[in-house]
Amino acid sequence: MAHGPAKGYYTRWLYTTNHKDIGTMYLWFSFSMFLLGGVFALIVRAELFEPGLQIVEPAFFNQMTTMHGLIMVFGAVMPAFVGLANWMIPMMVGAPDMALPRMNNWSFWILPFAFAMMVSTLFMEGGGPNFGWTFYAPLSTTYAPPSVTYFIFAVHILGISSIMGAINIIATILNMRAPGMTLMKMPLFVWTWLITAYLLIAVMPVLAGVVTMMLMDIHFGTSFFDAAGGGDPVLFQHIFWFFGHPEVYIMILPAFGIVSAIIPTFARKPLFGYSSMVYATASIAFLSFIVWAHHMFTVGLPLAGELFFMYATMLIAVPTGVKVFNWVTTMFRGSMTFETPMLYSIAFVILFTIGGFSGLMLAIAPADFQYHDTYFVVAHFHYVLVPGAIFSIVAAVYYWLPKWCGNMYNETMGKVQFWIAFVGLNVTFFPMHFVGLAGMQRRVPDYNQFFADFNMISTVGAFLFGAAQILFLYNVIATIRGGKKATAEVWENPEGLEWTVASPAPYHTFTTPPLIK
Amino acid sequence: MLISINRLMVWLFAPILLLLSNTSVQALEEGVERSNWNMPIGVTPISQDVYGLHMTMFWWCVGIGVVVFGVLLYSMIVHRKSNGAKASNFHDSLGLEVTWTVLPFVILIIMAVPATSSLVKLYDTSESDVDIVITGYQWYWGYEYLDEDVSIISRLSTPQEQIRNEAPKGANYLMEVDEPLVIPINKKVRFLVTSNDVIHAWWVPALAVKRDAIPGYINESWAKIDTPGIYRGVCAELCGAQHGFMPIVVKAVEQEEYVAYLAVRKELAIKTKELANKTFSLDELMAQGEQVYGQACVACHGVNGEGGVGAAITGSAIANGDIAAHIDIIVNGSKNNALMGAYRDTMSEVDIASVITYQRNALGNTTGDVVQPIDILKYKQDN
Repeated sequence: MAHGPAKGYYTRWLYTTNHKDIGTMYLWFSFSMFLLGGVFALIVRAELFEPGLQIVEPAFFNQMTTMHGLIMVFGAVMPAFVGLANWMIPMMVGAPDMALPRMNNWSFWILPFAFAMMVSTLFMEGGGPNFGWTFYAPLSTTYAPPSVTYFIFAVHILGISSIMGAINIIATILNMRAPGMTLMKMPLFVWTWLITAYLLIAVMPVLAGVVTMMLMDIHFGTSFFDAAGGGDPVLFQHIFWFFGHPEVYIMILPAFGIVSAIIPTFARKPLFGYSSMVYATASIAFLSFIVWAHHMFTVGLPLAGELFFMYATMLIAVPTGVKVFNWVTTMFRGSMTFETPMLYSIAFVILFTIGGFSGLMLAIAPADFQYHDTYFVVAHFHYVLVPGAIFSIVAAVYYWLPKWCGNMYNETMGKVQFWIAFVGLNVTFFPMHFVGLAGMQRRVPDYNQFFADFNMISTVGAFLFGAAQILFLYNVIATIRGGKKATAEVWENPEGLEWTVASPAPYHTFTTPPLIK
Repeated sequence: MLISINRLMVWLFAPILLLLSNTSVQALEEGVERSNWNMPIGVTPISQDVYGLHMTMFWWCVGIGVVVFGVLLYSMIVHRKSNGAKASNFHDSLGLEVTWTVLPFVILIIMAVPATSSLVKLYDTSESDVDIVITGYQWYWGYEYLDEDVSIISRLSTPQEQIRNEAPKGANYLMEVDEPLVIPINKKVRFLVTSNDVIHAWWVPALAVKRDAIPGYINESWAKIDTPGIYRGVCAELCGAQHGFMPIVVKAVEQEEYVAYLAVRKELAIKTKELANKTFSLDELMAQGEQVYGQACVACHGVNGEGGVGAAITGSAIANGDIAAHIDIIVNGSKNNALMGAYRDTMSEVDIASVITYQRNALGNTTGDVVQPIDILKYKQDN
């Protein structure tokens, strides 16, 4: 007989091995990190509202841009996807829980400690990390503040957390599927997470390696990245981006899975080209390992290297294009309605494609000499990450929240929240294309009046986007506390095993495997 | 062709431009106009090539976007449930999948051809007429004309009062330096880019030159400028607290003017060397020291010596203690803090002597010490 949650208010959450509890904790943790990273971003935008130094000193400004990036990548987006995986993957494959529940508990609970350590560096002498989220050596080694050691330790811990999470997801998907749930019957969210988990296992150790080399350089007299000692600063960038490029796909592949679940539901039409979606995801994952140096076109690679990385990068457009065409064709001749998750998903398709276009432009190496390290790049990666990762996560929350808590969210409020976020996002990030092209470089607290207009618009948009997130928090809390009861199906004929269990989903689901047709 | 595309862009984005009614498209460059919302066409063959590539890629993206978003919007409008649309059930088509795999691939090849030829040109740094070594420092640039025995240091010249909003900002705010890099037009100028500390990136948009300055590496790039003028750029790679405050100014001049400039610089170098043996009065040193402090020290050590990124000068043990230690930290840099770099090669003896004298007798310090250039010269020889 299955039993309920552990007794005790704190011990229930501390000791839990239940995938739904852990998923919930991941999601709340991620949202709080998202707000913190957002506050850092708003400090940056507030300083950039007009030329001159008004609010923060340049040294602190650099800590803000760095922490914004680190928190958003490692604290907001990655844990949110792991949280969604925890909640949904066992239900989607008809499993009673994750394969390794105790490790699941552990991989969540080390995260708050890692981030507490990382954020605490802001209060240390010399300040926190100020070398950008890419922490290029020697700025992050010889020239770094003393707190860099804490940063390194925090990265190690969150790397361990990610690797354990990934192992758990792979073990669950490969071993815990209900009889009859063949690989090619799995929902795309499960597929994209399976591939993402392999990416994580492949590259997180590389990140651990590079920060360990930094640690050795700083404390133990080695010269991995110190030219004066025979080391090589460019080596750092090769290792970092060998991790870093797959990392950006880690932040987008699960999003592809979410959108592939939502669009068919609200188009009332099966996903177009399921198997080509799976193959495209796998191709993108493979390509992610052979394009890293497109982040380094200006470091002085040999011509042959530039050409190889340019061609390989351009190739990514092919499988990504296939995915976009499939989503559009899924909607074509459907019977569409536009509930909040669908609005977010359509915005995802359009804005992610715009980010893809600027990505294609950035792939053109000679042109990249002008784009590199400007606001054009900032616009590009925010167009893929905010509508990509963030919008898909928000879409997923609206889509599955009725399943999680048993109540329907308020559709009007959801739509209002979407439109504020959508307008805010575009007002913030679209002008960044222009100032980047006009010649404004990244990561500066001050600029010439030449760039003033677009910067002011960006800042206004950023605060609008921030306001939308507060409304989102309110919507979610209001839905958890009450609202119209949701049916088991929630939506009209949605596909997937999660809709065959009651809403809210019972504490234990599929203790006996479901029948797969 | 390029110009007409540009026109079209202006019309396309006219509404946005109207919104920016106070857009003061001030030149920023002297020589060519510079757009404040698109890539500059620039003044070198490479920059014009790159601009063409950029616009070609842009229009490809617009074209693909019109088709994809067109189908999407059509479906959203026509195939909506509220219009009574009934969902079809088709969900696979090998033909379509193959088409939209192969077609983009072909488009990519079409894009890659001009990109490849531009890149090959961009990488051809052979047979240069002028060679200049560019060194990045925290946070200024050093330029050395190879074979000419001329080297200059180029620092931000925007006063702190403008940055701190205590004075109105000039037109070239944060984009102006004390010593621009002077190069001749219609000559192939090769840049050899390196760094003395962290990674910087030397970027001048009008030349389409962006090269990382990396310690231990010498990266090459080149430019052949066709229009005389002043072209402004910035450090593009995050290099620490003052990353946003180390601009680049390139002054492209006719060959005769370039030759004359070099002659003046050579004379100046000889004079500077001679001055190292001269004895100055306290007032002279203080006046010069105040100027040097305002350019080289103020960003880290504060307008009144109160400190910031760097240590406070006011009341500090170094500025009030042993003179040799004070000279040492400026000539050789700090042993404990990499941010305080060595000024042995990037500051003249006169400047070092005067700034030390200034720091010891101003900013709240009153040691009464006078340091002469000859002291610095001797110290350099011994240490």
